[in-house]
Amino acid sequence: MTSAATTGIEGSESGLDREHWVRRLARLAAPFIGLVIVVGVFTAMEPEAFLSIRNGRTIAIQTVVVGIGAIGMCFVIVSGGIDLSIGSVIALAGVAGAMALDAGTSPTVAVLVAAGTGVACGLVNGGLVTGLRIPPFIVTLGMLGIARGLAKLLADNQRIAPPAESLGWLEGFVDKTPDLAWLLVAPAVWCLLLAAILAGLVLRRTAFGVQVVAIGSSESTARLCGVPVVRTKILVYALCGLGAGLAGAVTLGRLGVGDPTTAVGLELSIIAAVVIGGASLSGGEGGILGTMIGAFMLSSLDAGCNLAGIDNSVQDIIIGGIIVVAVMIDGLRRRG
Amino acid sequence: MTDAQDAAAPRLEMRGVRKHFGGVVALDGVDLAVGAGEVHALVGENGAGKSTLMKVLSGVERADAGEMQVEGRVWRPSGPVDARRGGVAMVHQELALASHLTVAENIALGAEPGRGGPLRRFLPLDARAMRATARRVLERLGHGGIDPDRRVATLTPAARQLVEIGRALAAEARVVVMDEPTSSLGRHDADRLLEVVRRLRDDGLSIVYISHFLEEIRRVADRWTVLRDGRTVGSGAMAEVEDAGLVERMIGRSLDAVFPPRRGDAGEVALRLSGVRGRSLPAEATLEVRRGEIVGLAGLVGSGRSEMLRAIAGLDPTTSGRIELDGVEIGRRAGIPERMARGLGFLSEDRKGEGLALRMTVAENLLLSRLGPVAPGGIVSRSRVAAATERWVARLSVRSGTPERVIGTLSGGNQQKIAIARLLHQDATVLLLDEPTRGIDIGSKVEVYRLLDELAREGRAIVVAGGHLPELLGLCDRIAVMHRGVLGPARAAATCTESSLLAEAVMGSDIGDDGVQEVA
Repeated sequence: MTSAATTGIEGSESGLDREHWVRRLARLAAPFIGLVIVVGVFTAMEPEAFLSIRNGRTIAIQTVVVGIGAIGMCFVIVSGGIDLSIGSVIALAGVAGAMALDAGTSPTVAVLVAAGTGVACGLVNGGLVTGLRIPPFIVTLGMLGIARGLAKLLADNQRIAPPAESLGWLEGFVDKTPDLAWLLVAPAVWCLLLAAILAGLVLRRTAFGVQVVAIGSSESTARLCGVPVVRTKILVYALCGLGAGLAGAVTLGRLGVGDPTTAVGLELSIIAAVVIGGASLSGGEGGILGTMIGAFMLSSLDAGCNLAGIDNSVQDIIIGGIIVVAVMIDGLRRRG
Repeated sequence: MTDAQDAAAPRLEMRGVRKHFGGVVALDGVDLAVGAGEVHALVGENGAGKSTLMKVLSGVERADAGEMQVEGRVWRPSGPVDARRGGVAMVHQELALASHLTVAENIALGAEPGRGGPLRRFLPLDARAMRATARRVLERLGHGGIDPDRRVATLTPAARQLVEIGRALAAEARVVVMDEPTSSLGRHDADRLLEVVRRLRDDGLSIVYISHFLEEIRRVADRWTVLRDGRTVGSGAMAEVEDAGLVERMIGRSLDAVFPPRRGDAGEVALRLSGVRGRSLPAEATLEVRRGEIVGLAGLVGSGRSEMLRAIAGLDPTTSGRIELDGVEIGRRAGIPERMARGLGFLSEDRKGEGLALRMTVAENLLLSRLGPVAPGGIVSRSRVAAATERWVARLSVRSGTPERVIGTLSGGNQQKIAIARLLHQDATVLLLDEPTRGIDIGSKVEVYRLLDELAREGRAIVVAGGHLPELLGLCDRIAVMHRGVLGPARAAATCTESSLLAEAVMGSDIGDDGVQEVA
């Protein structure tokens, strides 16, 4: 019995690995080529500045906000949903964190407040999507308005500026040039990397991850197979909210203030990162590695445009175009 | 069948037809002869070459070798349009109608070109002539009641099929090829279609009738040809062949019988339903299913068969009644996972929409309902996934069932085996199977029958809902009939006949017991 089982495994492994890796590599090819093109174009335009260490650090820290948000978004999109509220929730979480600091709490508590705010928004999103069976597009579009309005209301339409020293470790955490030189980039970047690896393992190698993919691939099949669809979906939106909350804390650390008007339209970049990374907006497909490459590509684009003096509005157009092209490629791949 | 027909040259004759695509041999010497006024059944498993042969006949593909003749003349159509003009028309499995056009317009699309030359299609259509043609051909089909001015989109699938056949008639077809014409029809509509086919035959048309359903072929065909692996492995008169003989030729090996021998005594009661009522269906279901037996659930489409199984599985709510598993009640609010853990396994009739996640892999689909054993501590172990998948793939002899293959690329039969294997992986002791052999080829059907028999002999209790009565009669120990949501008594299958079941399905259980012994 044991010997038979063992040969069974070995017999399958090569074919298993080959098909598996071919599919994964094919999915990663597009974002990787995109990244190479972006880096190539800007290196050609601004050879000195773009490849400098300083610019590299800027790109790295800019990747953190989009990257953390995109990890959660990746789960949501793979599960067949979407979260349009993420930009607003990032702003709300930043404001909540700033208010906590202003009230005299430690930076650690402020980060927890920000994270908690994000999770709360995510739970509401998930609860409405599953409980009332409203399409996620509508629910999170509503939350986009609600969270933004709430942030402005709480901050009284101003920035909340806690005392500079109250930021404490949070400031160093997101500083482009870390105190510890051997870190090379901000500690937040390393944390993002760790979080991404962890999230990747969760999505690919845990029962929870398989269930998320199953829900996105065919929700009725998942239900039939006893997957706790409601619980899993709520958890996925909460996870996305957690990412938004942490991204809000990072934004707070970088700006030093809680700005209710920050991260407007950031959901576009975050969704773009996930879609560029090979996720399908119809659910069931997507990966963290691709998402990270996508996030890195977008912040390279951002930094490059700044260096080359290209207007922000042009960037928006480019990102919008990239989303359309990425979804189109997804559609073509599906048909082919 | 008269001797004269056999003596005369066949209307359609194909000899030694070969066709390969790259290295794949699709047709490897096919012979087919169809006489005038004959319904000729073309049968074979999926991939046997039926579709390719029909493509060659209609000019979509060109044969590498072989001869074709229609009405004694060499037949080399350049494409489907040319074929239709020459008198050979196809009625497709996927209906090829323009749904926004009217019945008359669709039928006119097939008609012989009128006068007007190349600019004809820019001239105004002769609406009256079109309507007249439509009426004429529909009446010839015995369905003159279809309004020629109706848009095809508003017709039922059965009526659309008639329009498509009507189009073939309008083109003066002498040979009509029907590819699985009843696959999208309910039983009643299928019966009417078979009636139409007989009419056409009596009109002198030659009909090539492609179907998986033996009992249908039995009812309509005069002669048969079996294809296997791109070759003609036999042909003859329908009256002179047994079903088993056809199936043996189709799958290329001997069968003791299509259905396994019936099992002996059943064991303990595994599933007990008392007065189970769903939100709208079922209205009342009372049934006992014992370990080691297969109980059939017959009934018309919409009678509540599926709804009953879904309610037991927890997919649809029940409003009253009691469900017991091994003597212990399952609470009305018990969720699907709890019911699965207690040993209930449900197979959906909608394999593509619900039963399987077609874009996921074989392994994921197989293991999804019970990830615990392959993901100790929640972490998926790839070696365990591979081992578990290999085990079930081997046990159910699923071909091309490598674990990482996307399941949507497998054949229907192999997909269904994975869907059933999932229930075994989750260790279900009571299997609720809704149309377990729907849309799979005959070879796979036989394998599924064998498998279900094995599972019953292992002591599982199995409920099979299905609309195909010969299958239920052959496979099940007892059969209960659902009529308008009310489940009748389960009777020993040996005491039932197709007509007794049908009578009960149509009229309810209080009528059908002339001499039928009650068993429950």
